[in-house]
Amino acid sequence: MTIIKPHSVLDAAKVASCLRETFRTGRTRPSNWRLEQLHAIVKLIEENEDEICRALFADLHKPRHEALTMESLVVTASAKHAIKNLNKWRAPVKKETPYIVWPASAFILPEPLGVAFVIAPWNFPFLLAVDPVIGAIAAGCTVCLKTSEVTPATSELLSTLVPKYLDNDAIKVVEGGVPEVTALLEQKWDKIFYTGNPKVGRIVMGAAAKHLTPVTLELGGKCPVFIDDTVDLQLASRRIMAGKYGSNSGQACISPDYILVEEHLAPKLIKQFRSTLVEFFGEDPRTSKDLSRIVNKNHFQRLSRLLDDPATADRIVHGGERDEDSLYIAPTLIEDPALDSPIMADEIFGPLLPIITVRNVNAAIDLINDKPKALVVHLFSTNKDYVKMFTEETSSGGLVMNDCIMQFIVPELPFGGVGESGTGAYHGKASFDTFSHFKSIFNKSQSGRFAKLRPYGVCVL
Amino acid sequence: MTTIDAPQIVSELRATLRTARTRPAQWRLDQIRAVLKLVNENEDDIYAALHSDLHKSNYESFLTEVNVLVSACKSTMKNLHKWMAPEKKPIPLAVWPANASVISEPLGVALVISPWNFPLLLALDPVVGAIAAGCTVCLKTSEIAPATSALLARLLPEYVDTEAIKVVEGSIPEVTALLEQKWDKIFYTGNAKVGRIIMGAAAKHLTPVTLELGGKCPLFIDDSVDLKVASKRIMVGKYGSNAGQACISPDYVLVEEHFAPTLIKQLQKTLLEFYGPDPSASVDLARIINKNHFQRLSSMLDDPSIADKIVHGGERDEKSLYIAPTLIDNPPLDSPVMVEEIFGPMLPIITVRNVDHALNIINDKPKPLEVYVFSNNKDLFNRFRDETSSGGIVMNDCVLQFIIPELPFGGVGESGTGAYHGKATFDAFSHRKAVLVKNMGGDVFARYPPFTVRKQSLIKALLTGTIIDIILAALGWRK
Repeated sequence: MTIIKPHSVLDAAKVASCLRETFRTGRTRPSNWRLEQLHAIVKLIEENEDEICRALFADLHKPRHEALTMESLVVTASAKHAIKNLNKWRAPVKKETPYIVWPASAFILPEPLGVAFVIAPWNFPFLLAVDPVIGAIAAGCTVCLKTSEVTPATSELLSTLVPKYLDNDAIKVVEGGVPEVTALLEQKWDKIFYTGNPKVGRIVMGAAAKHLTPVTLELGGKCPVFIDDTVDLQLASRRIMAGKYGSNSGQACISPDYILVEEHLAPKLIKQFRSTLVEFFGEDPRTSKDLSRIVNKNHFQRLSRLLDDPATADRIVHGGERDEDSLYIAPTLIEDPALDSPIMADEIFGPLLPIITVRNVNAAIDLINDKPKALVVHLFSTNKDYVKMFTEETSSGGLVMNDCIMQFIVPELPFGGVGESGTGAYHGKASFDTFSHFKSIFNKSQSGRFAKLRPYGVCVL
Repeated sequence: MTTIDAPQIVSELRATLRTARTRPAQWRLDQIRAVLKLVNENEDDIYAALHSDLHKSNYESFLTEVNVLVSACKSTMKNLHKWMAPEKKPIPLAVWPANASVISEPLGVALVISPWNFPLLLALDPVVGAIAAGCTVCLKTSEIAPATSALLARLLPEYVDTEAIKVVEGSIPEVTALLEQKWDKIFYTGNAKVGRIIMGAAAKHLTPVTLELGGKCPLFIDDSVDLKVASKRIMVGKYGSNAGQACISPDYVLVEEHFAPTLIKQLQKTLLEFYGPDPSASVDLARIINKNHFQRLSSMLDDPSIADKIVHGGERDEKSLYIAPTLIDNPPLDSPVMVEEIFGPMLPIITVRNVDHALNIINDKPKPLEVYVFSNNKDLFNRFRDETSSGGIVMNDCVLQFIIPELPFGGVGESGTGAYHGKATFDAFSHRKAVLVKNMGGDVFARYPPFTVRKQSLIKALLTGTIIDIILAALGWRK
């Protein structure tokens, strides 16, 4: 049940101007300040691990294991990575200068963009709130974090804990819904970082355009998985099922959205999926402690409608059970729904997995390319030619061979979309970069009289 | 009413992209070579067009447009394979065994909107980057520089792959029609007002943008410098590129009170040395682009608040679109010439009490494209570097930073977003795709439900612990 808290009226202009004041003092520039804040984040998580897990369970019925391995521990690792590498990331990078400008030196030096605005989503309401904030802090920005009202327990926890551990004048948490975001988007920010869906992404970018504010938009899409018979089917099935149902019951931007498999392999694959699902969640997944729930009634009804759609209803080959009171939907497999059915149109973001049979790999690639660019394309195959084909003939935020989700925890792999799945990237140094401006520095000495001589008609040496 | 069929243009470029013809390095190199050939074989026509549009001398056109473009083409060809190569990335223990890398792929169908002030360079330089990245591209030339626009529209189709690289001439109706289409990248050079419109249009399709805008580039100078050399560099930086009509022209000078008279005297001397007593007779001075801008600049000069502050120049002739190199001594900070980007041959010289005062003036304005500091005091330079924000910052020179191929060129805040030059141009038109390759080996049982306590502690150790933690957890000795 979603609890709507009465919000006090937000003074968005005051929030932005307070953060700008703090930025102007220069307090966030020295590495020491940044490292202190990052250490404080590590401490916040260490000292409140149980509370974080409780909040995530209250909001999403997230099992403790998921809450740790996909949210709080990932944030801790991210903060520690930033702490370890901060001074390296901040260092000026020397650039070569051509002889004609000699004697001179050239560098690139990162500086903070300034006052940042981070808008967090509901599906990983701790991770996807704090991780971008880590990047903003590392870059030396001040930051306003707008938590998701769809996950009120985590939102409240963040708004209670952040002021206890972090510099209150530099990092502010704002709770709220559409009115609060709208008010904040009217302000001038130096960077906006939004995680969510393409529809709102357009609104955010449109608002940013009024102030020429650069944006990073981490959006979504339908992440396809193509699988052929050159892989160990049991292992592949485990990775795909864990990837799909083990992260928030499919409510993740990088969840495999649909499977593409050649006709001859489809029955065997479905059989294996079913077997893996029983292995993971038992005969009655409702009793498994390892499955999240749907975030709220709204999304539950959205997913229910997909299941009830005539194009899908009689193609369910596993699962389909639901209970609205507990917001439970069983891990569900759907065999070959029509390509123009609702479930194949929009991003599913739930525990339903269509399995689409194709004639061959080329048909699979065509299908993928007929849809907007996804956040991740997955390929389960050991065929090196297929690897080349998928790399060169599809475009997506990222490409993963023989696994799901794991790319998320490789710190130096930039994580982001392209086209409808987003713009910009983060994780590791890319988080630091996304909140930074890389200033070009050119130093010319006083000598070097040959460099430029006027007027052009006369050359005097 | 537009003369072009914008949807048709985009769909042709998209169809060409889909054939994957633009992907191999060979195609890209061929196209860039063709651009070089275009320039080589038509140098005279190019100079004639630039002279017709802007009264640019052949030498200035060579130095600031043609040669920069040629260097960019050559350096792109030399480095293309390196830029196209995948970058390997390290993997953490939790993901082992695996290979991680980042590869660049073309964003897709690009729209380049070029300005009038360097109508050859600022059209073709981004286009060469789009080609290098493997994109197909539509170039919308500037109608305000009609001779160069016509030249590009005539010549490009003779040299390059016309199904992949298209030129569109036109003005507001044409740009509007083009902006309604879905592009995979928009690259715009111009002013902040139109920059907002472009980004707003791009937002409708979630199209990433690079906006090369402008601003008031301040120049601070103190008495530690060799004044003669500094004056030469400042005057040529200001008046030698398009009579101040360049985004990186020094817009206004900041100088401490005690030094101002000496500086002004030297600047005047340098101007005389460069352009003689009657600059309208010099072959080395460009003209104002058109009546519109001439009148804009004239009204700045006619503003009553600066009437008695013009200490050099001020002469104008509307017919020949000529404005003399002009120095203005201490106009009020709220006069038009100190509020808007000048983009013309007028240079306000603002006296300040001290460096702090100069920094405040700079920081009270929107972030500019460049900050210039003329001083031999490294600490002073570092203060400007750390206490102001701008696209770039230059010590002891002007404009020259533009030709450093590996220095990314772009603004921040009101002066723009994104950058280019050298690899940065290739990157501006690329998507950096993260690629993770795992095989079926090295599977960690702890990844899969049902999650026992032992599995949980192993995963926890893998994510945040040391090797010892991992071993202990694997043995079941750590919670």
